[in-house]
Parts: sequence; C-alpha cells; structure tokens
Amino acid sequence: MSKIKVVHYLNQFFAQIGGEEMADMEPELREGLIGPGIALQQALGADYEIVATVICGDNYFGSNLEEAQSRILELIKPYSPQLFVAGPAFNAGRYGVACGTIATAVEKEFGIPALTGMYVENPGVEMFKKDLYIIETANSAAGMRKAMPKIATLAKKLINGNEIDLPAEDGYHERGIRVNYFHDKRGSTRAVDMLLQKVKGEEYQTEYPMPFFDRVPPATPIIDMSKAKVAIVSSGGIVPLGNPDRIESSSATKFGKYDVTGMDRMSKDDFISIHGGYDTAYILEDPNLAIPLDVLREMEKEGQIGELANYFYSTTGTGTSVGNAEVFGTEIGKQLLADGVTAVILTST
Amino acid sequence: MVKEIERYGLPVVHMCTIVPISLTIGANRIVPTVAIPYPLGDPHLGEEKSKNLRRHLVEKGLDALQTEVDGQTVFEE
Repeated sequence: MSKIKVVHYLNQFFAQIGGEEMADMEPELREGLIGPGIALQQALGADYEIVATVICGDNYFGSNLEEAQSRILELIKPYSPQLFVAGPAFNAGRYGVACGTIATAVEKEFGIPALTGMYVENPGVEMFKKDLYIIETANSAAGMRKAMPKIATLAKKLINGNEIDLPAEDGYHERGIRVNYFHDKRGSTRAVDMLLQKVKGEEYQTEYPMPFFDRVPPATPIIDMSKAKVAIVSSGGIVPLGNPDRIESSSATKFGKYDVTGMDRMSKDDFISIHGGYDTAYILEDPNLAIPLDVLREMEKEGQIGELANYFYSTTGTGTSVGNAEVFGTEIGKQLLADGVTAVILTST
Repeated sequence: MVKEIERYGLPVVHMCTIVPISLTIGANRIVPTVAIPYPLGDPHLGEEKSKNLRRHLVEKGLDALQTEVDGQTVFEE
C-alpha cells in the first residue's frame, strides 16, 4: 500500500530559517520534513509520509494574503497531497492567520483534509474555526509535544472517514456544527430538567449556546476636525529610552503614557520599540513610522486638527491576552475622556 | 483596546496592516497600513517620501474619523 502523502506548512521561524529578520521571506518549498515535521511524522506513523514542507515568512503572508495563497497552492500542487497540516501556530497571531488562511485554501482547492493547531486566544481561531478543525494547543511552542499527537489522531480520523467526536473529546476548537443523534430522554423532559436545575441554582449545560458577538457600535464621527483633540495610542511597543515602566516585550501586563510636549517629531534618541513580535529595525531608526507625531504636529500647526494630546499611550500587542487588552482599553479610554480627547488614532504593527 | 476605548463613545480609527485581525477583534473604522514593521511610511522610499506617505495615511485616518459608518468599515484607497 502506498503511503498517504502529507504536505506541512511552517513559518520562517519554525522552519529554522530565521526570526523576525526573515519574516519577509517569500513562499518556498522543501522536499521532506523540517523541524516540527519530525514530531508530526512520528505521530502519523508509517502509513503516512511528509513529502514536502512549504515555508513562508509571517510578514510576507500577512502583507500579501492573496498572492501568498496562490503561490503556495502552485508550489504544492505537483505533490498531489492527500493531507495538509499547518503549524501549529500556538499564540502567534500572524502565523495563526497564515495557517488558517492556507489550510482553508488547500481544503477548498484540493478537496483534502487540512488542519492546524492554535491557542484559544490566537485571532486565527475566531477567524477560521468555522471552516477548519483547529486543534487546541498551549500558548507556546513548549506545547508541541502534546499538540502533534492530537493533530495526527484527528487527521487520521478524517483520512479514514471515521466519525469525529465532540470538540472536547477530539481536542479541537468548537466549530458550531450541530450533529443529529437520538437522546434517551425527549426534548421536553430535558428542558424541564434544565429549568429545575436553574431554579435550584445548580449547574446545567445548555444544548443551544447563544453565539456571543462582542461588538461595540461605531461612535459618531467628528463633525469638525479643526476643533477635535486627537490622541495617539499604539500597540507597537514604543517607549522612552530605557523603558521606564518596564513594559514587557511580549504578553504585556501594562501600558505606559509618554509625554511628547514640545516635540515636533519622534526622535530615535528619545524613543525605542521593545516589541518582541516584529523586526523593530525600521522603527528604531524612525519611531514616527509607528507614532506619527511629525505629521500630526504639522496638521496641528496648519489647523487641520484642533489639538494633539501631548502624550501617547503605548503597550505591546504581541501575545497580550484579550483580558489584559480590555483592561488597558478601559483605563486608557477613561483617561482620554477625562482629558477632553475627542478622537483616537490607534496604530498597530 | 480599540473596542474598549470606543465603548466610551470616542471614535477610534485602527491603522494596521493585518486587516483581518482588526475585523476579528471588532474595530469599526480601519485604515490599512504599509507593512507590519513600518505601518506608517516606507523607509525604502527615503525620508521625504516616507513622510509624505505617512501624511497621506494619517489624513485618511482623520477622514475615517469624520465618516459616519453603520458597521465595520475598511477605508481602502
């Protein structure tokens, strides 16, 4: 029996090509397996063979979504894969988006099972869990050893056409798919049971969870920008030299507020970026690339905006939990409002 | 952060490169930027042109803040 042909997708980091300095690398294909592919091959066993590994830099993918997809599909086509595995991406946001995008594209183009793995807070989960099986992983590559067997087990089920179990059992992020089955109690009985449990204050499990859309209605627009007070907020990790508040370069637990009174532009002598999730070389040279102080000062002088707040708020976006980001936003918003700010520019790297 | 600030009724424009992430988190006014390591400008163009590009993007951001939207809106070129 010939082996099931597998193609694996990795970013520049997991393919051991380089870190942020290589994040612009264009799609490339290597025969056989690389890095995490070893664990994947082991978990899949002798009936499977990773025939090729396709690699792409996270920045290249993120900045060229369409082109990256079509080029990768072209690269892997000659290998006629029967199974596609991307990542896992753990809590890496750009990598997660890339894994989800390419796995979805492969599944559609070749009609083969494609799956990936991510930590629950990776934005890729929310974007792709309806389209894909995304195995739930830890938030860092330390979870590789546990993640690969789960990916392999589910992959084999998909290949063999076995029944897929509930998300909690097979270890994937809930896809919102409903499956019919016969329950030993009829619906009305279960509903009354659930109601009684609720009345008694006991724990109960709904059979039909309501989707949770946390959306904020758009604020009303600024009518007259020449009277507005504008403030800058950024997740690009820009801080004064020496990082006085010791903001973390990843998974931030705090934000800072930094004074720019009397400054016409962001000088590299005053500010640096401590962000650990992108190559900061450009921004270290010119921090205005993240905090556009120079042009906003010009516009303030020209009267195009009423006033620019003499500070900016800053934190590190990478790996930062949603819970922390919400706390930062709530606190920053409160302070901005108290200071009479009427419009906010939030920049992200 | 975008959402929690906007919850106070302050309009926020999110200027970022990976627009799908911004859409997922729920930003309402989104202006796509140049690249992840240099969102506002392009160092390869030289200082002056990079700054002009930044000015153009910031103007777009301010336009977005003056535009009525009824849901998530990406302000393309």
